[in-house]
Amino acid sequence: MSANVIVALAGNPNSGKTTAFNEYTGSRQHVGNYPGITVEKKEGIARVDGREVRVVDLPGTYSLTAYTQEEVVARRVLVEDRPDVVIDVINAGALERNLYLAVQLMELGIPVALGLNMIDEARKQGLRIDAARLSQLLDLPVVETVARTGEGLKDLMSAAVSHGDARRGTPWKPLEISYGPDLDPVLARMVERIEAARFLTDKYPARWVALKYLESDEDIRALGRAAGPLAAELEAMAAEVARHLEATLNSYPEAVIADYRYGYISGVLRQGVMTRHDELSQRLAASDRMDRVLTHRLLGPVIMLAVLYGIYEITFAIGEYPMGWVEAFFGWMNATASAALPDGLLKSLVVSGIIDGVGGVMGFVPLIMLMFMMIAFLEDSGYMARVAYMLDRVFRLFGLHGCSVMPYIVSGGIAGGCAVPGVMAARTLRSPRERLATILTAPFMTCGAKLPVFILFVGVFFAQQEAQAMFALTLLGWGMALIVARILRSTVIKGESTPFVMELPPYRLPTLRGILIHTWERTWQYIKKAGTVILAISILLWAAMTFPQLPEDRTAAFEAQRAAITAQKEAAEAGGEKAAEAETADADKSASGAAVAEAPAGADQAGEPSEAAAEGEKSDPFEEQLAAIDAEEAAAGLEYSIAGRVGIALESVTGAAGFDWRTNIALVGGFAAKEVIVSTLGTAYSLGEVDAEDAGSLAERIKADPHWTPAAAAALMVFVLLYAPCFVTVVAIKQESGSWRWAIFSTVFSTILAFGLAVAVYQIGTAMLAGG
Amino acid sequence: MGKTIPLRQLAVGQRARIAKVDAHGELGRRIRDMGLIPGAEVEVVGRAPLMDPVALRLKGFTLSLRNNEADFIAVDIDAKPRPQE
Ligand SMILES: Nc1nc2c(ncn2[C@@H]2O[C@H](COP(=O)(O)OP(=O)(O)O)[C@@H](O)[C@H]2O)c(=O)[nH]1
Ligand SMILES: [Mg+2]
Repeated sequence: MSANVIVALAGNPNSGKTTAFNEYTGSRQHVGNYPGITVEKKEGIARVDGREVRVVDLPGTYSLTAYTQEEVVARRVLVEDRPDVVIDVINAGALERNLYLAVQLMELGIPVALGLNMIDEARKQGLRIDAARLSQLLDLPVVETVARTGEGLKDLMSAAVSHGDARRGTPWKPLEISYGPDLDPVLARMVERIEAARFLTDKYPARWVALKYLESDEDIRALGRAAGPLAAELEAMAAEVARHLEATLNSYPEAVIADYRYGYISGVLRQGVMTRHDELSQRLAASDRMDRVLTHRLLGPVIMLAVLYGIYEITFAIGEYPMGWVEAFFGWMNATASAALPDGLLKSLVVSGIIDGVGGVMGFVPLIMLMFMMIAFLEDSGYMARVAYMLDRVFRLFGLHGCSVMPYIVSGGIAGGCAVPGVMAARTLRSPRERLATILTAPFMTCGAKLPVFILFVGVFFAQQEAQAMFALTLLGWGMALIVARILRSTVIKGESTPFVMELPPYRLPTLRGILIHTWERTWQYIKKAGTVILAISILLWAAMTFPQLPEDRTAAFEAQRAAITAQKEAAEAGGEKAAEAETADADKSASGAAVAEAPAGADQAGEPSEAAAEGEKSDPFEEQLAAIDAEEAAAGLEYSIAGRVGIALESVTGAAGFDWRTNIALVGGFAAKEVIVSTLGTAYSLGEVDAEDAGSLAERIKADPHWTPAAAAALMVFVLLYAPCFVTVVAIKQESGSWRWAIFSTVFSTILAFGLAVAVYQIGTAMLAGG
Repeated sequence: MGKTIPLRQLAVGQRARIAKVDAHGELGRRIRDMGLIPGAEVEVVGRAPLMDPVALRLKGFTLSLRNNEADFIAVDIDAKPRPQE
């Protein structure tokens, strides 16, 4: 530790904690995750009166119980890391409720300083708070702040640090509140026993432990059971009181404790701390007026759809440009490396494995940045909470949460999204089960990378109903996501729905700085992944599609063909410098026909001139033939590789869904990125490089291949829609769910589900075609 | 004593005082964490387009709650009589 003072920031969600943290630490902050869980861990360094202060941003919580991951983390940091002082950032406008957390911090005994944040809003609402009086009553520093402008933040930090200095070296001084005639006696007895046995007292104050036993706090109870035999006795005492309260007051300890805490708070506030000038309903007037429109019965949903669609449109419309630059950059890298390196394995590894692999991943960066910029805006402005509020009724039917809509839309709920930022957007969900179900189902949506496959096959087989077919696929994505979420929530992620009790914060204008920092954090996390895990998987897939290489004799055969063509070409050039344009065009046709006839796997080729030949004015018939041979060799190499062998081996199984080995290889490649499916299919059909966006030649081949029927095409589209997410998404799932288990589950489960449906579609479709 | 009804039955714009919270476990705790305790004054400020969840105004903030969660909360409406009643 370089800094000698540690300050923790605590506070309710939406109290302005992140804004304060950003003001304190600027860019000197570090974001990570607490091990095994998805709660963010943020730390930074601030300078206070010439000293370095380590600032730890605790997750936003309303309380210090152990129900949510956020609360458990906040508590652990306080108790294990023992910060010198905690700054509790309070929304001054909702002082009563915000002090509920402050009181619990004080009961823990750790030095606390209060920041009365959003004091600007509170003043506008006609609220007067006497900070000096509050400070005196609670015996701790209280400073009014406006985190948005930085007002008061310096004073708050200085006051907090000197408070921490003054208390350093002395034991924690827990606040003691009376919990009334029913609980106080038993608390006293428990404290006595706990102190005598030094039960957990190395870390926790005795009275705090006793209270947690009364509150039936699972986290402390588990610690207690490991600590010693007193645990059983304390549990029995707590149970006894609970029975007593039930019988006499028809209440229970947790409720009584909460009542007395709030009682303590209102007792303090009544002593001249706070005056409200107006009534309950007249306040927050501006925000209420906005809500009257934005959550209106009819207008609300319409505006919401427009906003969601707008976000999506803006992201993908604007994102196209920087994505193009990134692609161009990696294209340039590709070309440079291709030119610099000699032909062979190293070149193939660098170009296809590393540059194309990482380039494909980095191509998403602009999308992720834009998407998170807008999501951060919606979140900080308070609109996201309204979206959840309006949609909760619908999503709850499927075991999800109102907030699930964002990840779905981003993933491709409107065709063309991307599951990577989609899965990452699920962070807004504070309910763990709903979040997991959302993460696992969002990849069913029609992301942009699946579209070329759909466009290709719809174009060939369902050209008359193109729009309907695409729309049906989008709907199928939604339907499957919701149904599967429902199934998951009643099986592997079973559990009651997390309570919806959620704050609807007043609408606020977010700060640009806050949004930029938030966006950069997410983007940087993503980039780091691209450089590590994703690079490794990319190389692995490259190897699977490259090794083992064609044996000597087969490469020699292709080499011989090339040598023959080159010889013909040289002869032709020597003899016919003055050949007319028209003649060249003629030669063009016959020559490419000849190349096809020569090629071993080209027997069923329809003799159509390839695209390059059709468009290329400068194209030379011999170059054409050489390219055709290269394509044949690439196809043969692919077939011979591990991926190819897997594809062929799987044919006996995948035949049930109408997939041949070529399709299988393409689908294996599609695990790297769905964009690869069309181009791999092109390679497998010996067409050389096929552009996914413009796959005319491949469409011709598919049309001519009797193996492809509308039933097989439909089955393939269903499969591509639903099968394993691409590996970038899988890595994102791991990151967001906190374990590889769910990432692997998603991969395996989706593939089985997709295959089952594809078989059904193929078999039923084939039967119908035969019958009708 | 005033008339006690489930929170769900309050109309938009109606005010009441919480009489009893009967939720245990996680829901109970979340409700209490947000300051929904006996004696607290609440006003229904809106309902979502599908009539569920409901938006409640408390001292200085708004929160939303599903109808089936509101069922655990009983409120006194005579504490602040409405002109219509
Ligand atoms: N008016 C006002 N707005 C603030 C203040 N502090 C933060 N905000 C805004 O409140 C919103 C939520 O702040 P944020 O820091 O994200 O809250 P967190 O959930 O506690 O991290 C943002 O739009 C901030 O710009 C303040 O002191 N006054
Ligand atoms: Mg925050």
